[in-house]
Formats: sequence, C-alpha cells, structure tokens
Amino acid sequence: MLRVCAAVAGAVVLLIVGFLVVESLPALRDVGLGRFFGDPSWHPAAGVRGGRFNLVPMIVGTLLTTAGALAVAAPLGVASALFCRFYAPKFAAGAYRRIVELLAGIPSVVYGFWGLVVLVPLIARLQPPGTSLLAGIAVLSLMILPTTALVADAAIAAVPTEYLRAAAALGLSRRGTIFGVVLPAARAGILTGVLLATARALGETMAVLMVCGNVPQIPHSLFDPVRTLTANIALEMGYAMHTHRAALFVSGLVLMVLVAGLVAAAALLSRRAADA
Amino acid sequence: MMRSVYAAVCGAMPVLCACSCSDTEGRTTRIEERLVLTGSSTVAPLASEIAKRFEAESPGVRIDVQSGGSSRGIADARRGLADVGMVSRALKADEHDLHAVTIARDGIGVIVHADNPVAALDDEQIAGIYTGRIENWSAVGGEDAPITVVNKAEGRSTLELFLAHFGLASEDIQADVVIGDNEQGVKTVAGNPHAIGYVSIGTAEYDAAQGVPIRLLPLGGVPASSAAVADGTFPLSRPLNLVTRQEPTGLVKEFLDFARSERVHDIVREQSFVPLTK
Repeated sequence: MLRVCAAVAGAVVLLIVGFLVVESLPALRDVGLGRFFGDPSWHPAAGVRGGRFNLVPMIVGTLLTTAGALAVAAPLGVASALFCRFYAPKFAAGAYRRIVELLAGIPSVVYGFWGLVVLVPLIARLQPPGTSLLAGIAVLSLMILPTTALVADAAIAAVPTEYLRAAAALGLSRRGTIFGVVLPAARAGILTGVLLATARALGETMAVLMVCGNVPQIPHSLFDPVRTLTANIALEMGYAMHTHRAALFVSGLVLMVLVAGLVAAAALLSRRAADA
Repeated sequence: MMRSVYAAVCGAMPVLCACSCSDTEGRTTRIEERLVLTGSSTVAPLASEIAKRFEAESPGVRIDVQSGGSSRGIADARRGLADVGMVSRALKADEHDLHAVTIARDGIGVIVHADNPVAALDDEQIAGIYTGRIENWSAVGGEDAPITVVNKAEGRSTLELFLAHFGLASEDIQADVVIGDNEQGVKTVAGNPHAIGYVSIGTAEYDAAQGVPIRLLPLGGVPASSAAVADGTFPLSRPLNLVTRQEPTGLVKEFLDFARSERVHDIVREQSFVPLTK
C-alpha cells in the first residue's frame, strides 16, 4: 500500500516534468535553447522570428529575491528560535510561538497586497518607483521567516537535555552553551528548515508579482524592479498563444531545473553533514 | 513493484479516455445545434461568458469558443470554418464582404495619481514618457519628480491597442513597472504619486468613483469616460465585433441578437468593456 502511494507521488512528479517538456518542445525546437539565454530582451509575443526570448533576467530575478530573502530570514529565524528557547519567559515564549504560527498561515496574496499598498509607497518615497527587488526581498523574508523559525525551534527543542545539563555542569555560559552545543547539535534540522523556506521563496508567485515591478531586466541596485520566473508565467499565461505560450512553459522548465538543483545540493550537503 | 504500478496506471489511461469519449458521444445525440466561434483573444472571454448564458437559456445548443487572434476570426468566418468570427478592431477596407455586429467597445484611459497637478498630456508627450525621452514630470508641467512608467505585460490586448494608437513598438517602451490586470495597474498608480499608467476605462471609472486616488487624463481633448467610448469619440478605443460570412439567419442571428441585447450588459461590464447603448 505504501509503495503504491509512493509510486503515485513519484509518477505525478514525472508526469508534470514530462508535460512541461512536451509543452515547451515547440519553443525549444523553433526558437532553440540558445536564444533563451542569448537574445537581447524578452518580447515573446511577436512569434518565432520577430520575438525575443531572453530568460536570463528572470533567472537572475528569481535567484536574487530568493537569496536576499534567505539572507534576512535564516538568521532571524534561528535568532527567534533561540530567543524562544533560552531567553524569553515561559508565557512570552508560548504567545510568541502562536504568533509565528499565525504568520505562517497568512495567504501569500495578503502579503502581496500589504506589500503593494504599504511597503511599495514607503520605498517609493526613498527611491521611485518603489516596486523593486528590495520590496520583493522584504515580502518574501516575511513569508519564509515562520518556516525557518518554527523548524529551527523544533530542531533546538530536539537537542537532548543531557547535552544542556552537561554544558551547565561544565560551567558554560548561556552564550557558550548556545554556540558550542545547541547550534551544532541542531544544525541538520535548521538546514532542513532553510531548504523548505528556499523552495517556498523560489516558487512564490502572487506576492512577488505584486511588489517586484516585473520589468524583465537585470537589476543594478536594490531599488530596481525585477521579474521572477514565476511572475513571468503568471503575468503572461492568460493571453499567450503559440510560441509565446511554449516559451512560458520553458520558464516553468527552467524553474523546475532550479528546484531540482536545489534538492540535489541539499542531498549533497546533508550527506556531507552526516559524514562530518 | 514500481514498474508494475506504472504499467497499471498506463493501462488505466485508455479506459479513462474511452469513458470520456463515450460520454461526449452520448451527449452529441442530444445536441440539436452547435455554433463555433473563433478569433480574437480579447473577445473570446467575453464571448464565452455570453455563450454560457445563451446555452443556459436555450437548451440543446452548444457553443464552442476558440481564441486565435482577430485575423484567424476573419479567415475562419470567410472560409466557413467558424460560424462566427471574433474581431477586436474595426473591419479593414478589404473585409467589408463580411457582416459585422459590434457587441461592445473597449477603451483605454491614461491614469495618474489624483494629487498629480498635470491636467492633460498630448499624444506626443505620452509617447515621449513611455519611450523614456521624457523622464521628469517638470518637462510636462508637473512637479520636479521622476516619472514612474507603468506598462502592461506582453500579450495583453490593452498593450497592443496602446502601442497601435501611439505608433510604438513593444521594444521601445522603457517601463519601471510591468503589471498584469487592470486592478493591479490602478493600485500601483494609486500608491505612487508620480506614476502614470493606462487601464481599461471601465475599471478606472469605477475605482475613481469608489474613492481610489487616481485620475483619468483626457486624450486628444476628449475626456476619458465610458460614454465617450460608447459613442466612439474617444480616440483610444475600438469596437469588439462578431463577423459572419452571410447575413446571419437562424441560430446565428439569435445568438448575435442576444450578444447585443441588454441582457448581457452586466457581463460586458464585468469584463471591463463598455456596452453599447442605443
């Protein structure tokens, strides 16, 4: 029975990949893979000859927003978990945990809407147009923070109490216990949380579509607008036909490759962590 | 094990397929009449909503709506591949062999933030702003602030109409923000006092009336309003046509009359087009 379930789950993934490949084949055949990385811009509506199909800005946009959000959310998440376990008074820790859980349950459209009506005008006052890489990173960080915080919290809770008692018996300070004992012991769990968060950030569509500005260009500063692969699909799918449509499936395929690369990197990392 | 399950799934597929096939066959026996509409991807969503209501009111009729561009609508109607072609523009001189019925009009208004002091822009200025030649509001009589240009995503019909009116190519446009639907455009401009954008007039009028801080700019001296779009005086607008090869008769005529009637005006407004009032 379990094998059947596993086989079905595996088959679904394979079917999706197969479907993506089949749908993007017309574009890959007529346009050629090279033009998706070498064309001067992204103007796919004009068809195979007149159109331009450069996906590099979208790949860069996806990677930058995700990396930025991780750089903010991962340390904050670990810090919030440590605060919860070692510094906060009991009642405050419980209440705080509930709030973080609530944060995890907010739908992405709400984050996007909040970003568009509150955050973007604020950034626009600093440096127009406001819809920017920075806004995307800020909204994405907020969205993945609960994932990193809650998983890190669970990982830290799973550190055996003997370790903590031993640390106390050795006369280690609270700081020393955290950095010398708890974090190394909880490393694998924290890493899992970060990976889950990365996957969510890579795939997030609605929120980034609303706050990033969606101009297909490689940004020169945090205040420049960017377009992610997911936003590219969501923006244009409704009206795309023929080659344009197939080109959007190529965006999906590229995103799938990115995620697969991430999973592979994660497997490698965890194996190395297990060896160490 | 894995392999045998996979084989079982594959084996099941033709069976599933066969089920759905026999289902449609079962239905075809009950269908008395069937209409095929092809053409413009702008008109297609509107036409399929109208078709749904028409089907509900006249049992036994099935209407197929397929999008593929206005030129396909013309070609299919001419060759008889479709009963009705959908065309999101006025007919060209060499297309008057076809019978056209206008079911609604589509109008695009240029919007700015309500606090923006600029009262009007001429076509030259708008084209300049969108191609990046004019980058500051002070150049067109506004405050000293950089202009945030809001553009539509590739493939949207609003973008095509906008480009055609100002004689621009998609590659020429230097946008700061690219948006998808009209509502997102309205929110983006409402949240940025130095932004300029263009959206469907129906949507902009509705939102402005609800107190959203945006303002529609007149174009070529004509104020942007649904009324000006409906009577055809607003320059940045176009008719949405259904075309047939011959004078429509029978079911086709029934459907065309229905699509023009007041009973579908709510659908037309929902799709942010302007219904025709006679």
